[in-house]
Amino acid sequence: MNTQDYIALSILLPLVGTILIWMSGPRPNQREIVTIVTAILTFLCVLQVLPPVLAGENPTLVLTEILPGLPLAFVVEPLGMMFALIASFLWIVTSFYAIGYMRGHHEPNQTRFYMCFAIAIASAIAIAFSGNMLTLFIAYEVLTLSTYPLVTHNQNEEAKRAGRTYLGILLSTSIGLLLVGILWTWFAAGTLDFTKGGILRGKVDDGLVIVMLFLYMYGIGKAALMPIHRWLPAAMVAPTPVSALLHAVAVVKAGVFTVLKVIIYIFGADFLQETGASIWLMYVAGATVLLASLVAITKDNLKARLAYSTVSQLSYVVLAGALATSFSLVGGAMHIAMHAFGKITLFFCAGAIMVATHKTEISQMRGLGWRMPFTFAAFLIGALSVIGLPPLGGSWSKWYIALGAADAHQLIFIAVLMISSLLNIAYLIPVFARGFFGPQEEEEAQLTAHQTHGQANTTNRLEGSKARISEAPIFCVVPLWVTAIGCVALFFYADRLY
Amino acid sequence: MLMSHLPALVIIIPLVCAPLCVLLRGKDWAFGVAVLATWASFVCSILLTLQVSELGTISYAMGGWEPPYGIELRIDALNAYILLIVSGIGSVVVPYARNSMLLEYIESRAYLFYSAYLLCLCGLMGVAVTGDAFNLFVFLEISSLSSYVLIALGSDRRALTAAYQYLVMGTIGATFIVIAVGLLYQATGTLNMADIAKRLPEAGYGNRTVIAAFAFLAIGAGLKIAIFPLHQWLPNAYTYAPNVVSAFLAATATKVSVYILLRFVFSVFGVDFSFNSLPSAIPFLVLAVIAMFIPSIVACFQMNVKRVLAYSSVGQIGYMMLGVSLVSVAGLTASILHLFNHALMKGALFLVLGAVFYRIGSCRIDRMAGLAKQMPWTMAAFVGGGLSLVGVPLTAGFISKWYLILAALEKGWWYIAVLIVVTSLIAVIYVWRVFEAAYFRDPPADLCNVVEAPLSLLLPAWILVLANFYFGLETSISVGLAERAAQALMGGG
Repeated sequence: MNTQDYIALSILLPLVGTILIWMSGPRPNQREIVTIVTAILTFLCVLQVLPPVLAGENPTLVLTEILPGLPLAFVVEPLGMMFALIASFLWIVTSFYAIGYMRGHHEPNQTRFYMCFAIAIASAIAIAFSGNMLTLFIAYEVLTLSTYPLVTHNQNEEAKRAGRTYLGILLSTSIGLLLVGILWTWFAAGTLDFTKGGILRGKVDDGLVIVMLFLYMYGIGKAALMPIHRWLPAAMVAPTPVSALLHAVAVVKAGVFTVLKVIIYIFGADFLQETGASIWLMYVAGATVLLASLVAITKDNLKARLAYSTVSQLSYVVLAGALATSFSLVGGAMHIAMHAFGKITLFFCAGAIMVATHKTEISQMRGLGWRMPFTFAAFLIGALSVIGLPPLGGSWSKWYIALGAADAHQLIFIAVLMISSLLNIAYLIPVFARGFFGPQEEEEAQLTAHQTHGQANTTNRLEGSKARISEAPIFCVVPLWVTAIGCVALFFYADRLY
Repeated sequence: MLMSHLPALVIIIPLVCAPLCVLLRGKDWAFGVAVLATWASFVCSILLTLQVSELGTISYAMGGWEPPYGIELRIDALNAYILLIVSGIGSVVVPYARNSMLLEYIESRAYLFYSAYLLCLCGLMGVAVTGDAFNLFVFLEISSLSSYVLIALGSDRRALTAAYQYLVMGTIGATFIVIAVGLLYQATGTLNMADIAKRLPEAGYGNRTVIAAFAFLAIGAGLKIAIFPLHQWLPNAYTYAPNVVSAFLAATATKVSVYILLRFVFSVFGVDFSFNSLPSAIPFLVLAVIAMFIPSIVACFQMNVKRVLAYSSVGQIGYMMLGVSLVSVAGLTASILHLFNHALMKGALFLVLGAVFYRIGSCRIDRMAGLAKQMPWTMAAFVGGGLSLVGVPLTAGFISKWYLILAALEKGWWYIAVLIVVTSLIAVIYVWRVFEAAYFRDPPADLCNVVEAPLSLLLPAWILVLANFYFGLETSISVGLAERAAQALMGGG
């Protein structure tokens, strides 16, 4: 089997898995096994594509031509490889978590849930491997549509409204702005292939480059730039595994991945720097970073807080892209990975807390740390990574973005990064602190009542959640350390990009 | 030997089978004859398309009488495309008709339905095949009269009024067309379309007769196409007709009328006269843009889903007219491509609605609440068709929008491109309403025991929905033919 087959398999396997999951609907255990097996196999296939990419090749797979001159094409390069690895790996982890959560919560419609998950992952990998903007656009839309049933899973009024916001914003931006940008690019440059150095140099007037960049950046709604970020907090109504997947793995990462890919391979980083077309983007991204962090501080609902934190963190990547220097781009790419692992940990913790104690507001979580030590320890590790403290991965990505800002002579953004780190501390550490240092007075009474209510039940679920969460820390601490060390390997990007 | 008579066969088969249906009174016999006739026409259309691809324009003298005195049947890429659309949709719709019409007509009169249907099919195909202007009018009237009958068969009482309204407006339209043909005859002395095209320059493009002919033709065709504001008949006709008929007409009648416009404006009058001597591009453009917007917005407020689709059709026709007003190969390609894709989309959606009606007896949004749980396959088909209507990638609708926007960009009219995109977003809204009702609300109290639609209704609907996705991926046929047709039209064929 050559690399092309593996590329095809990575995308096809989750789709085949979808059908198998559907057929296993009536038998939950079989269905979960299908999910896990598909996830593992997909990850292995994606791994098979890694060696050629590390060696410097760009494995290519070209399928049918949809429109003359525009085939469905897949070309793997380092950035895409990384994203695909993250997506497929974290699918495995999320699947385990989802099983525990969905069963613990007795959620309905689980088959539909796992099916849509699989399709979403397939489209995320397709986005990662896409070789031209049309393929990416197609996969991007499939991702939006397949995650809609996940967001509206509960099918109540709240979910319906959230679904409207979600689909409304994502579809209007993608059809209204991104598609126009893509067609304009096709018209001006005659090609949509991702090419090093970009395809727009010389084809578009300087003033218009800014407009085009605007179309792309606001067209990529999944990157959640303000003010089109509203879908992200709205999507919080989804069950937590969906939030974990959406906000750490598939949807938002697809958004910022697309941002980077467009900046590097459609516009060309040098071209952007020369024309100065991305300066407005730096400021918008920087503003989003700070504003979202400020909003996050005000939120009592843990998931809402994490959602706004995600909005802020995504703009790190957009900022990195806008700075368009080799350091910042490396930092941005790294941040995709670091934030993925960090955020997914945080969301897993939030979900575990909800399953075990039904608490969603931070003010209610006093003293919880003593009852769920593993969860809160994992939360701390994830938080430190997001804040950007060594020796965790997040520190490297922030460092590189800051270096990039210095390189581009935009020193104000170093200040932005530092202030935002402080804000991150302000909204993340209190959660952890409250878990261990808060008084446990009236909470205790309620907790004991809760416990005596169904002694075995509660302790089992606690055990269950702890058992589930004991997976997450192991999966998260190790990768965080691995990526911290692995960022040396990430130096490959700098060479590849230019 | 048979192959050389294909152009005539395509019309003759349904024409002969129509009275045959009347003679064979039994419902099943009539149904069988109708199915066989339609499928035979479809096969002939495919063969004709292959012939045209190899040989170029085919000319066939009816009865051996040479043109320009005899009636000539003239088939080029555009005709072949229209034939494919009409007979293709017809073939999918006919098996569906059997069960769907059970609710809507008296079984002992079934044969009348089938014979009217075959006459309609024959008329539409005849319009697409003929090369003679008056013959075109004759076939147009055959199809129109039989479609009035078909619409009047609807179970709702308002079907009669709708049919009458369509009759009045359609007859005015057809009369205008025949006046145009008469004026052209007066100016050139011939009725053969290719001949008229040759002789018009001699008559002089400033000739009042010719200009008047153009005007009459534009309005007449416009009435039949349902260009805004001549669209008044369409919403009622589509809503109250039997569902099979809505599906069939929505996918074919307006397409054939667009063909008439294209054929006359481009082939007979010629690009030079139509767009350079007369400033026709501007009214077409303005009306097209208005048509894209207003009906789409109106569609968002309708309670009956068939009405939503009807107004949506008026909007989609706006897209086709937009392509025409661009007066370029790219614009025409987009228009002609959208003829095909829209036929697939609307055909699929109306068939789905027919299945819904079959089970719950209504197409109102509030009655369709919660239907997704009880009729999952049906509503899934609706979602598929809806995605194509919006223009999501991987569907045929996306391809149409892509070409249309590109054609607009080619002319440098980027604001038109923006308008096209905005109207797509409006389409999201009206498709969404139905989707939300079906998937998110609870069913009304008296409709809790609905079962899935029967296979005979589901299968044709799904065939069309899957065709949407197929032609969203594999576009060489649909786009290739459209391009050839557009080039022939612009080149002055």
